[in-house]
Amino acid sequence: MNGAEVVIRALERHGVEVAFGHPGGAIMPVYDAIYDGNVRHVLVRHEQAGAHAADAYYRASGKPGVVIATSGPGATNLVTGLATAMMDSSAVVAITGNVPTSLIGTDAFQEADVYGITGPVTKHNFLVKRVEDLPRVIAEAFHIATTGRPGPVLVDIPKDVQQAAFEGDVDAEIEVDLPGFQPTWSGHAGQIRKAAEAIRAAERPVLMVGGGGQVAAPEVMAFAERLGVPVITTLMGIGAYPAGRDQSLGMPGMHGTVTSNRAITHCDLIIGAGLRFDDRVTGKISRFAPNATVVHIDVDPAEISKLVHAHVPVVGDLRDVLPRLADELGPLDVEPWWAQLREWKARYPERYKTEKPLVSQEVIELMRDVVGSDAIVATDVGQHQMFAARLYPTNAPRTWITSGGLGTMGFGLPAAIGAAFANPGTPVVLIAGDGSIQMNIQELATIRKHDLPIFIAITNNGVLGMVRQWQELFHAQRYSEIFLADSNPDFAKVAEAYGIEGHNVFDRETAQALVPEVVARGGPALLNFVVYESEKVFPMIPAGAGVDEMMIGDQEPDAEATS
Amino acid sequence: MSAPSSRRVISVTVRDEPGVLVRIAGLFARRGFNIASLSVAESETPGLSRTTFVVDGDPATIEQVQKQLQKLVDVLKVVDHTETNFVDRELMLIKVAVRGPDERVELRQIAQDFRARIVDVSRRALVFELTGDEGKMDAFIDQMQDFGIVELIRTGRIALPRSAGRNGGRGDAVAPPERADVT
Repeated sequence: MNGAEVVIRALERHGVEVAFGHPGGAIMPVYDAIYDGNVRHVLVRHEQAGAHAADAYYRASGKPGVVIATSGPGATNLVTGLATAMMDSSAVVAITGNVPTSLIGTDAFQEADVYGITGPVTKHNFLVKRVEDLPRVIAEAFHIATTGRPGPVLVDIPKDVQQAAFEGDVDAEIEVDLPGFQPTWSGHAGQIRKAAEAIRAAERPVLMVGGGGQVAAPEVMAFAERLGVPVITTLMGIGAYPAGRDQSLGMPGMHGTVTSNRAITHCDLIIGAGLRFDDRVTGKISRFAPNATVVHIDVDPAEISKLVHAHVPVVGDLRDVLPRLADELGPLDVEPWWAQLREWKARYPERYKTEKPLVSQEVIELMRDVVGSDAIVATDVGQHQMFAARLYPTNAPRTWITSGGLGTMGFGLPAAIGAAFANPGTPVVLIAGDGSIQMNIQELATIRKHDLPIFIAITNNGVLGMVRQWQELFHAQRYSEIFLADSNPDFAKVAEAYGIEGHNVFDRETAQALVPEVVARGGPALLNFVVYESEKVFPMIPAGAGVDEMMIGDQEPDAEATS
Repeated sequence: MSAPSSRRVISVTVRDEPGVLVRIAGLFARRGFNIASLSVAESETPGLSRTTFVVDGDPATIEQVQKQLQKLVDVLKVVDHTETNFVDRELMLIKVAVRGPDERVELRQIAQDFRARIVDVSRRALVFELTGDEGKMDAFIDQMQDFGIVELIRTGRIALPRSAGRNGGRGDAVAPPERADVT
């Protein structure tokens, strides 16, 4: 048995069913082992897409995603995908080949310092120099990726190590021994008591749930039910608590709902659960929740008091902390608060104007109404992402797949692929823009090859919409380098060229007639909706402004609103 | 609003893995923490190294530094000595110009006051070796400015907590003895 076969055997032992990747010179022994192994390999057409697919595979299934690439350019192509996974705490194990150890450091063909390059964008990384270390390193990689706050781990394996004979027992049990890596699972009892006291004293509490809630949806639900507390889900927390329930106030932050942002401004207590108070959520920190006591529960102590001061920090996994906290508490008597929140909710429903050409929002609602809320929703990055977060938020955990922290254009298409492999048979809706879809459009080939039930809805406004919105609002309508329409491809033809059903849709009537028809065929399909160019995402908190300084756009302002 | 910046001495016990220093230095760089000095060497336990950092920052920054360091898989222990009673030392080599016998005598006298050793003698320069805390280093450098410093090198500070006892233990504010002879 050689090192490469040890790698594949180790993947099998860790329960890996699917790996995404692209072969090349320095990883050929591993691909030779894949030829005979039991790990199903999905050939992507760009390594970045492989990393995103592996990332989405984890997000949609809770099982670590695996991506394999060769040395040099193969590995450097992973960097954006690893950084995306790092920011959104996604468990990815990346396996890369490297040039033989004797050539490391000599500027050999397809050599890059992958260990050095990927250090800052991974939770941890390894360069394996001895074949006998492989089983231990791979066990550690999976352990680190999936334990505590999840994250990507890269294992770089020189070609000669892949080829070297392995003399040990490849199936021997491995005790992972990492004294420097001991994440806290169980919350401190004293801190939980303090948190309960603070919550009991609150008159206007909110529960804010972030990406950490994806692993703890039942606990979040039980906690919210018991307390009767309003729930705000961040972009990463969508699905961790059902968006459709009465207690949900929707998304906070830069493009959050009026109700969520008002609630943050007026609340006297925030229970932050599995979130990191990203700047897109808080706006200007000094104006964020000025009256609130902050109880911050997170598995990563470094997130606590990093940006927003936590009056009561609780380090631990939500699955441990939330039930214990709920045990100390009963239903909160916060009816006056609810009356206020209900008033805001009624006054500010999701609203957009349709007395213009087709708009992105109605396309997204149409997809939602036809495909339904049991689908997995993946998005790319831009205006359509915010519209989707507001109009097509999902109701179950691990069904909302978006690049939140890094905001990676090009994430959507490969992410839809990863999610489709994680949940065979479940339809996946990809909401994309005409800009971002082109950043990984080659993956239509992967969709075709595996005939995946993916419905791609491009909201094509012919410009880089979010950049355009900022230029219109903050750069004096100086539209610099955003125009795509004059050189966009015919997206329907592109789809057809890949052997995928494709349609260009220009008007409301066609859209309403066509979508049900296409969805009924089961996919894959690409629908290119040509939409109104100047539509903007509102509400909007301008960058650097406070949560209370929302621009509410088309909504009817009240005394507190700025337009 | 933000609390004043202060200088902290932090020691980090790390696994002796290749690239561990790069991880730590990279973490400082990308999170915008300032390292005033850094020293690394093997510890008393085989396979473990101890690094001592001096960092500048307000309390929130220092807290983040420690938490982020603690997250590194190869980092076993992070100790902020500033909160405890600790001993710290630094080693300096300093080459000073000599312009005649009078200066030579004067330099020797200052060196004696500082308990600095002369480790190289030539007609135009003396090289002193000095250990002590940061204040002592700075005071010696200050004295040498008048003569003309040709070159100097400092190791950066290393630190260990004091043991509890007559001169040690938490909250004991007794100054290191040799500070007395430089003031």
